[in-house]
Amino acid sequence: MKLGTLTIAAICAAAPAMADLVYPSLSYRTGPYAAGGIPFADGYADYFTLLNERDGGIGGVMTRVLECETGYNTEKGVECYESTKGEGALVYQPLSTGITYQLIPKTAADGIPLHTMGYGRTSAANGSIFNNVFNYPANYWDGASIAVNHLLEENGGDLSGKTIALVYHNSAYGKEPIRTLEELSEKHGFDLSLLAVDHPGQEQKSQWLQIRRERPDYVVMWGWGVMNQVAIQEAANIRFPMENFIGNWWAGSENDVLPVGEAANGYKSLAMHNVGTDFPIYADLNQYVIDAGKAAGNGDQVGTVLYNRGFYAAMLAAEATKKAQEIHGVADITPAMMRDGMEALVVDEALMESLGMPNFGPAFSVSCENHGGSGQAKVQQWDAAAGEWNIITDWIDSDRAVIDPLIAEDSGAYAAENNITPVCG
Amino acid sequence: MLYREAGDFKTSYTADNQTFPIQFDRVGYWALLAVAVLVVPFIITDYWASSFLVPFLIYAIAALGLNILTGYCGQVSLGTGGFMAVGAYASYKLMTAFPWMDMFTVTILSGFITAAVGAAFGLPSLRIKGFYLAVATLAAQFFLVWMFNKVGWFYNYSASGQINAPERSVFGIIVTGPNTQAWAQYLFCLIFVIALAWIARNLTRGTVGRQWMAIRDMDIAAEIIGVNPLRAKLTAFAVSSFFVGISGALFFTVYLGAVEVGEVYGITKSFLVLFMIIIGGLGSIFGSFAGAAFLVLLPVVLKLVGVDLLGWPTDIVAHLNLVIVGALIIFFLVVEPHGLAQLWRLTKEKLRLWPFPH
Repeated sequence: MKLGTLTIAAICAAAPAMADLVYPSLSYRTGPYAAGGIPFADGYADYFTLLNERDGGIGGVMTRVLECETGYNTEKGVECYESTKGEGALVYQPLSTGITYQLIPKTAADGIPLHTMGYGRTSAANGSIFNNVFNYPANYWDGASIAVNHLLEENGGDLSGKTIALVYHNSAYGKEPIRTLEELSEKHGFDLSLLAVDHPGQEQKSQWLQIRRERPDYVVMWGWGVMNQVAIQEAANIRFPMENFIGNWWAGSENDVLPVGEAANGYKSLAMHNVGTDFPIYADLNQYVIDAGKAAGNGDQVGTVLYNRGFYAAMLAAEATKKAQEIHGVADITPAMMRDGMEALVVDEALMESLGMPNFGPAFSVSCENHGGSGQAKVQQWDAAAGEWNIITDWIDSDRAVIDPLIAEDSGAYAAENNITPVCG
Repeated sequence: MLYREAGDFKTSYTADNQTFPIQFDRVGYWALLAVAVLVVPFIITDYWASSFLVPFLIYAIAALGLNILTGYCGQVSLGTGGFMAVGAYASYKLMTAFPWMDMFTVTILSGFITAAVGAAFGLPSLRIKGFYLAVATLAAQFFLVWMFNKVGWFYNYSASGQINAPERSVFGIIVTGPNTQAWAQYLFCLIFVIALAWIARNLTRGTVGRQWMAIRDMDIAAEIIGVNPLRAKLTAFAVSSFFVGISGALFFTVYLGAVEVGEVYGITKSFLVLFMIIIGGLGSIFGSFAGAAFLVLLPVVLKLVGVDLLGWPTDIVAHLNLVIVGALIIFFLVVEPHGLAQLWRLTKEKLRLWPFPH
C-alpha cells in the first residue's frame, strides 16, 4: 500500500521534468576501476547519441544521458541516485554490485527499474520477488556455471579429481559465484580452492604464490579494475598456462591483457556479447557520432570489449523503451511504463539483425518470473600477436538444475526478510 | 556592534562558566537549534537529506569522537573506519537477532559495544606513543575490516558478505530501510548529534576532559600531579569509540542501508575523519562540526557548480575535487594549523571590538 502511494508520488514528481527520455549513467571515470568504467560509459552514451542524431530519439522523443561520477563508491552512488531520480530517470545501470545492493530497496520504493546486466544481485533473476530489478541476459551464477561447463567440454565431460582455484575480488561482487561453484564442485567432483584479493587488488603476490605451490589445474577469476591486469601479470610471472586461466566477463577486456604483452597470449574469459566493430551499426556510429565529433569521452574506446558492453546495455534499454511505448501507446514514458517494457522485452535474431547488430548478444526473452534472460555466454580468447579477442565457442548454456534452486532459495530469503509477496502467477 | 559583551553581566560561577558566555552566541545557538529541529524537517527533500544533511550529521559524530581522542587526549588514531565498522556490525547483529528492539536502543548498545572494543585496542596506548600508536591503531583498522569480511557470523552467512539494514522503527516511525521519510532519517540523526555534542562539551570541560588535556600536553607532568594515565587514556578511547561506534551504526542503518565493509569502512574513511578534525580544528567541538560540514559539502558543491552549472565533464570535476581537498589541507596546515575553529575564534575576537579596534 505504502509502496504503491510512493510509486505514484514518484511518478507525479517526475512528470513535469519529462520532456525527454532520461537515462542516468552512474559512471566512474576516476579511481582504480576507471579502466572498466570509461569504455562502458562511452559506449552507453554513444548509443543514445546515435539514436538522437540518426532517428531523432526513440519514438520521436529525444533521449538524454545524465552522467554522474560515482568512482565505484557506494556513498557517491547514493548521492548520484538521489540527485538524478527527480529528473525522470527511466532506468538505472550502476555498473557496480555494491551500488546495486544500495539501490535495490531504494528503486523498489521509488518505482524505478534497475538493470544490472551481468552483475548485481544474482537472485534478482527471480522477477516475482525482485519486481523492478532485471539482470538479463546472464548473471554471475550463470557465468560460474558456464566457465565450468566450458572446462567440462574440454575434459570430455569429466572434471573429477581436478582442482579449480577461484581468484576473487573480496567484495559482494567477487563472493557471488562461490555458492554456485561449491555446488558444482560437489556435482562434478572437482576440488575448489578460494583465494580472496582485497580491494583494489594491486597486491596479489601471496595468492599467486599459493597457486604456484598448489598447482591447480584451472584458475577462474572474478576480478574488476586494476585487479585483472595484476592477476594476469602474476599468472605470467609464475608461468601459469594462460589457456587454463579463465576470467569472468568483467575480467576480459583489452585493458586487462594489454599491459602484460606477449605473456598474456591465450588468456580466456567469458563474453556475454560479441567483440569487435564488424557490425553494420558501426558504420552509422562513425557517420553520425564519431565523425560528427559527438563521441563521449575521448572517443578512443570504440570497439573495445567494454565499450561494446555499454553499447549493448544502451541497446537493451532503448529496445525496452520502444516496447514500453508500444504497450502503453505513449511516446513519453514513465519509469513504471519502462518497467513493463523491460518485462516484455524479446530480443531475437531478427531484432538484432534489424538494428545492425546481427548475433551481437544471445537471443532471449524476459517474463514476469524470469528477469534473468537466457543465461548464456561465449568464451573468448586473447590473441596477443594480433591484439584482439577471438570468440572460440558458441553460446554455452548454464546448468539451470543447479542455479534455479539457488536463485529460489536466495530470493526467498530476501522476500522473507523484507515481507515481499511474489507478484507473478 | 553585533557581537558585544557590554551589559552582559555574570553574577554566579555557573553563569561565568557557561558554554556560550556572550548573549549573541547564546541566541544564535538556540536559533540554530530551533531552525534545525523545527524548520528543516518540514522542508527537507530526499536529495538534501542523503546528499548533505544526514552524512554531515553522521560524520559530525565521528569527528566529535575522534576529536575527543586525538584533539583532547592527544592519542593519534587511524582506526576510526574499523571502529565505525564495529558499530555497524554490532547494530546489524542486534537488529537481526532482536527484531523487536527499537532503533535508539540498538544504536546506543552498538555504541557501548564499540566502546568496549575501542578500550581493548586502546590498551597499547599505555606503552606506546605518537607515531607508534598510530601504527597500532592502523593495525586495528585492518584487523577489524579483515575480521568482518572473514567471519561469516558477523554478516549472518549471507552469500555476498554484505549486510543489509532491515526496516526498523522508533515510536512507530520508520527510520531505516528504503521506505524511510527524509525527515525521519534527519531527525533521528539530529537527536543523536545534539545529545552527543552536549555530552562531549560537558565531558571535555569537566574533570575527565581536564585529565585528557593534561595527558595530551605532557603525560609525565600529568602523572606527577595525580592524573592516572591508565584511566585517562582508556576513558578517552572508550568515549571516543562510543561516539565513533554510534556514527558507524547510523552510517549503516540510516544512511546507506547496505554495506560492504572493505569499501565503506576502509582506511580512506579513517583518513577522511582525520582530515575533518585537522581542517576543522583539533580539540574543538565546533571544529568537529565545521570540518565535517566542509568535507561533506565540498564535493557536492563542486559537483553542482562544475557539472550542473558549468557543464564540465564529470571526471574532470572528480579530479578537481581531489586537487582542491589536497591543496586545502596543505593550506590549513601552513596558514592555520588550528583549523576552521581558530578562524572562527579570531573572527569572534575581531567582531567583539568592531567597529572600534584598538
